[in-house]
Amino acid sequence: MISFRRTRAMARKEFLHILRDSRSLYLALMLPVVQLILFGYALSLDVDRIPILLFDQDRSPQSREMLAQFRGSRFFTVLGDIESYQPGEYAITSGTAMAVLVVPRRFGEDLAAGKQVPVQLLLDGSDSNTASIALGYARAMVAGYSNQLRTEYQIRNGAGEIKPPVDPQIRVMFNSELKSKNYIVPGLIAVILMILASMLTSLAIAREWENGTMEELLSTPVRASELALGKLSAYFILGALDTVTIVLAGVYFFGVPLRGSALVLGISAGIFLFGAMSWGLMLSAITRNQLQANQLGLLSSFLPAFLLSGFVYAIDSMPALPRFMTYIVPARYFVAMMKGVFLKGVGMELLWGEGLLLLLYATVVFVILTRKLRQKIA
Amino acid sequence: MSGPMIEVRNLTRAFGPVTAVNGISFSVARGEVFGLVGPDGAGKTTTLRMLCGLMDPTSGEMRVAGFDTVTQTEQVKDHIGYMAQKFGLYGDLTVEENMRFYADLFGITGQDCEDLMANLLKMTRMEPFRARPAAKLSGGMKQKLALMCTLLHRPQILFLDEPTNGVDPVSRRDFWAILYQLVKDGLTVMVTTAYLDEAERCDRVALMHQGKFLLMDTPQVLRESLPEVCYELRGDDMRSVRDRLRQLPSVSHVELAGNSVHVFLRAGERETELFAAVPGASFRKVLPSLEDVFISTVRNAGAARDAA
Amino acid sequence: MTPHENTVIIDKLVKRFGDFVAVDDVSLTVKRGEIFGFLGPNGAGKSTTIRILCALLAPTSGVATVAGYDVAREPEAVKLHIGYMSQKFSLYDDLTVGENIEFFSGIYGVPRDIRDERRAYALRMAGLEEKEQTKTSLLAGGWKQRLALGCAILHQPPVVFLDEPTSGVDPLARRAFWDLINELSHAGHTVFVTTHYMEEAEYCHRVALMYRGRVISLGTPHDLRKQLRSDTLPEPTMEDVFVSMIEREDAALAGGKS
Repeated sequence: MISFRRTRAMARKEFLHILRDSRSLYLALMLPVVQLILFGYALSLDVDRIPILLFDQDRSPQSREMLAQFRGSRFFTVLGDIESYQPGEYAITSGTAMAVLVVPRRFGEDLAAGKQVPVQLLLDGSDSNTASIALGYARAMVAGYSNQLRTEYQIRNGAGEIKPPVDPQIRVMFNSELKSKNYIVPGLIAVILMILASMLTSLAIAREWENGTMEELLSTPVRASELALGKLSAYFILGALDTVTIVLAGVYFFGVPLRGSALVLGISAGIFLFGAMSWGLMLSAITRNQLQANQLGLLSSFLPAFLLSGFVYAIDSMPALPRFMTYIVPARYFVAMMKGVFLKGVGMELLWGEGLLLLLYATVVFVILTRKLRQKIA
Repeated sequence: MSGPMIEVRNLTRAFGPVTAVNGISFSVARGEVFGLVGPDGAGKTTTLRMLCGLMDPTSGEMRVAGFDTVTQTEQVKDHIGYMAQKFGLYGDLTVEENMRFYADLFGITGQDCEDLMANLLKMTRMEPFRARPAAKLSGGMKQKLALMCTLLHRPQILFLDEPTNGVDPVSRRDFWAILYQLVKDGLTVMVTTAYLDEAERCDRVALMHQGKFLLMDTPQVLRESLPEVCYELRGDDMRSVRDRLRQLPSVSHVELAGNSVHVFLRAGERETELFAAVPGASFRKVLPSLEDVFISTVRNAGAARDAA
Repeated sequence: MTPHENTVIIDKLVKRFGDFVAVDDVSLTVKRGEIFGFLGPNGAGKSTTIRILCALLAPTSGVATVAGYDVAREPEAVKLHIGYMSQKFSLYDDLTVGENIEFFSGIYGVPRDIRDERRAYALRMAGLEEKEQTKTSLLAGGWKQRLALGCAILHQPPVVFLDEPTSGVDPLARRAFWDLINELSHAGHTVFVTTHYMEEAEYCHRVALMYRGRVISLGTPHDLRKQLRSDTLPEPTMEDVFVSMIEREDAALAGGKS
């Protein structure tokens, strides 16, 4: 039987430690939001306002019309018009422009004749990722314009029956504005909570060993499970506070929509924190050394949560071994749940599988933790 | 409960190839102060930890307050107080918070808890410091707080592991005065120490060395047990006196202490040779200290082992 | 060795930290080769006095000379002529015995030509000749303590300060350690020891009892005990002396206040 009184005594004492150590407390409360903001910006996958120069050799109404689309786009920032290749090449080499669009002579004429007309794009390929995105944007805009022209041409020449112009719009689901922040922030919250939870707790038991208080505790009637639960609940309060601030920061600072229910989010975060904090305590109980526990805590939470949770790298495109490894990373399930709740607005009816797996993980770690605590001094 | 409070039979504990405790047996009666004395690594702390149920023995039997320490660990814990060498106080918690925490763990609550805490604080004269963080207490006060925490559940037996290490004499005397008061009320105390002057305060002392008991008796009997006779001599340049006396066949050994020497005359030898060696000096027959007894016993044990 | 008969001279030494007077007008002299015990409860001013003598802290007023050098004006010279061993035995646990000796020879600036000789001496003194390659962390407390002392005297300092050198060491090792201190004293080193243990005070030639920043009692252990002898206490111990002196001091203080 677990004694509520002893568990509460443990929790209250642990909470006093947290309150007394004001510097660590501030850090624990501030760090998640700071991390969210830093990572949120650093990891932004959006490419917009690509600096571009325009070189219009044709100067026809058609060429002007097409270039006008570039001028009006939020994806491109037109730095200016040039009269020859030279300043364009210089701008790319010096890094002031990312691309130069060249419209050839006879562009309008050939188009009007229904011929195929090439358009040249000079691109800075040193950042291949951004370059390919820029290429994609440019191609889409040119294609859009040529489709428009072709339709007009067909109408004008009355070539048979008029088909409605094909609408090539691709509907982007769940993140219709294609804002990568919407995609990153929910996952990031999961990763940050994982790191935070295991860091906070990794010191809690090792500290008792190093202070010599553990020996004393073992000589009292306090049970391993009471000790673990007491400590967990104190840190859980801190973790819950952090969860609330970080979610609020995501919603209000980054403007990520929370489409699902806050309750589902709360429940899944609760299960996750329980597991992640048990993990930190377990490391602490095994190493009995604050430094080691802290390093192991950081290593074992940060790397898997970052690399193997599907947060940055899509799990489906991983090689077999790492993909298999993701199944034992609890952050994987939590990232999936967070994305589900935030972006898809789904509830437990779809997330129960992940929820159960998280619960299983938490239970297993908690059992190992109490086993480790139950061990005698030697 | 009648019968001994602590009963140990053939207790052994091995750590791999090292036998830390090697077949010791003893018992401690209610209201007794029992001292376990010996050098570092003699097995004192291991013995204490086993008695508190913090460690299992390799073999042997132990009953504490009538309960088996291996199979009835929880009951044992309810009846004992254990103060580890580096007693676990939470430096960031106040005196009162530390006490309340331990009271809660032991399930002491309400008026009972308030009364007990008030009594303990009064007895140890710690009332003025109840709101002070433990980290800001002096060594002696920390010791008292640690003692109070172990006493909160009114244990019948107190285990103290080197309780006054690094504490100044005034605080040490204070600490022992509190212990004696508790013993008068029926508490049984088992204490380990590396300091022989502390051992003198016990009712009974066991000298532990390499996992075994070499001697066990009251300090007085132990001090009288040495076969050698001890003389004290004081004056200047005792070092050369020591070197001279060491040469005498009738002398077993000589210890130098500041401005005095302790000379140990072999059993059955006459004093004539000794007295003649330092003419005009006044030799004074003294009872050897517990430390003298300890050191010659350990040396003899070493010599016997080397001979075997 | 220095020709000075008194290797430590303290004259009207005062050290204040803000309003707090840690050392309050202390004067005493210690002879060459003397084993001088410094007793007192925590916070009595022992450590502050020792730190001043080791030129780690500047006195507020008063003069102290160690081995003929003024601690306030010639701190570097003082540091060359003293050895200091703290209660934590500041050895590097992850180095071997030999490496520790090597390191301390280096920082004490032991001349290269006598380095081997001093190293052999330190090993012999600590009884660690066979264990030069042993990692320090594997040594028992008593050995570590003797090694720490060996390291503190590599540069043959005229004055050695030992701050609670035997805390946590067993009786046999403690006695061996005191034999060592006696050897040092015989070789002309002045030994300054602080301790909490009254049986150790007996090993000193003279002891000073410090309390609330002042020396309240000074003399040989025997004389101090003799002063306290009475019908009720025919054989007072050093502990009795210590406790009664402090009680007397507290009573005088309380009387003065009211």
